[in-house]
Amino acid sequence: MAYPPAARSSPPRQPSVKVILASADVQRVVDRIAHQILEKTQGAANTVLLGIPTRGTPLARRLADRISTFEDVAVPVGVLDITLYRDDLRRHATRAVGPTELPSGGIDGKRVILVDDVLFSGRTVRAALDALNDVGRPASVQLAVLVDRGHRELPIRADYVGKNIPTSLAESVKVTLAEIDGTDEVKLYGGQS
Amino acid sequence: MIKHLLSGGDLDADTATEILDTAAEMATVAGREIKKLPALRGRTVVNLFYEDSTRTRISFEAAAKRLSADVINFSAKGSSVTKGESLKDTALTLQAMGADAVVVRHPASGAPHRLANWVDGSVVNAGDGTHEHPTQALLDAYTMRARLGRLAGLSVAVVGDVLHSRVARSNVLLLSTLGAKVTLVGPPTLIPVDIAGALAPGTDVSYDLDSVLPNVDVVMMLRVQRERMNDSYFPSAREYARRYGLDGPRMRRLPEHAIVMHPGPMNRGMEITPEVADSPRSTIVEQVTNGVSVRMAVLYLLLGGNNR
Repeated sequence: MAYPPAARSSPPRQPSVKVILASADVQRVVDRIAHQILEKTQGAANTVLLGIPTRGTPLARRLADRISTFEDVAVPVGVLDITLYRDDLRRHATRAVGPTELPSGGIDGKRVILVDDVLFSGRTVRAALDALNDVGRPASVQLAVLVDRGHRELPIRADYVGKNIPTSLAESVKVTLAEIDGTDEVKLYGGQS
Repeated sequence: MIKHLLSGGDLDADTATEILDTAAEMATVAGREIKKLPALRGRTVVNLFYEDSTRTRISFEAAAKRLSADVINFSAKGSSVTKGESLKDTALTLQAMGADAVVVRHPASGAPHRLANWVDGSVVNAGDGTHEHPTQALLDAYTMRARLGRLAGLSVAVVGDVLHSRVARSNVLLLSTLGAKVTLVGPPTLIPVDIAGALAPGTDVSYDLDSVLPNVDVVMMLRVQRERMNDSYFPSAREYARRYGLDGPRMRRLPEHAIVMHPGPMNRGMEITPEVADSPRSTIVEQVTNGVSVRMAVLYLLLGGNNR
């Protein structure tokens, strides 16, 4: 999940922006995660990648693409919309529900790797685990994220992390991806410069 | 998002499309082993039914339960209404019990509008008198879009007792918002003068079913309510069936792709023959299935966030 820069009042500070990963870095990181998945799953057999919208979806597709380039294995890719499983539905205006698309082979008995852009509080992943429970029974579930920024509120950790970014709660991490935003970039907003 | 759903005219094109899109996602839940979503956990939906209904009440109940809401069913029969309790007092009782949404069907046109002023929760009109039935219009629009791929530019004939039909009124309002063109067809006694212009500009009226059929994408047959049959709106049931009933030969005059809809319950042999009702063109069973998805979407969009 991408969060907007934290709103702050006085004293007015210059909002700083720091590029953590540039376009080429993002691609290298995705390549590395793809290799790690292949290594840890013995060639990605019986594995399904499920992207969590919005930016987990293109990331899952890229990982599958890289895996097929490296080892010529076709990993099924799907989308898992978690809107209806969020624990903060009542705190916001009604959220639009997006599509959930499971691969044709389903997820029962498979190793499911959830893919998201930023791991923060862990609440998104909690919702994804609940959603997963309602659509099937995977043999196991793993988590791949492009960025882990810390500050977990639930006992959740990622199996594959592109980049650990130590942050303060006043800062925000924004991931942009070519498929959605036009460019690949990870930026840190609001840090003191 | 709007707070209440009282009329097909409450919805602008964007909101209506959002409901239909959400309904399409809700429909995927029906194909799962676990047909349940946690989105409305802890919310209470009251079905307040002052008129008999099978499919609408069950459909709303199934929709609310699939979203994990608690459902309280209230029917006027066997309640304090038979002791003379007014709608307002009943509403205040429901309010005191903490209803987050009230789904109301009432024989008096406008009852849901009154109710909306008395309760804090959302009010959904599930049919009021001869006025409106917006969720039926939404599920009809959803069914048309699912079968024909679009709504804008569709030509829809609504045939039968338009005068007493809340389904017709809501459909005219919603379909014209979504860009479809509606033609109301029926005997002159059952089509109010000037209704077309009053509801939505661009709506046509015809008294001749046969001339309309070759040019429509959708023909929606309305139920002839049995209680109207003796009210001299038409000479006899057989004459009505002959002039405005949809039978096999009439169905074959429709374009190849056209679909036949009916909101149910049907009078087989009156406004529709079994041959038509059971043909592949008929969407009558799909309409019931789609009704649950559409009502899930409506309840989620009204209750899912903090829209108060």
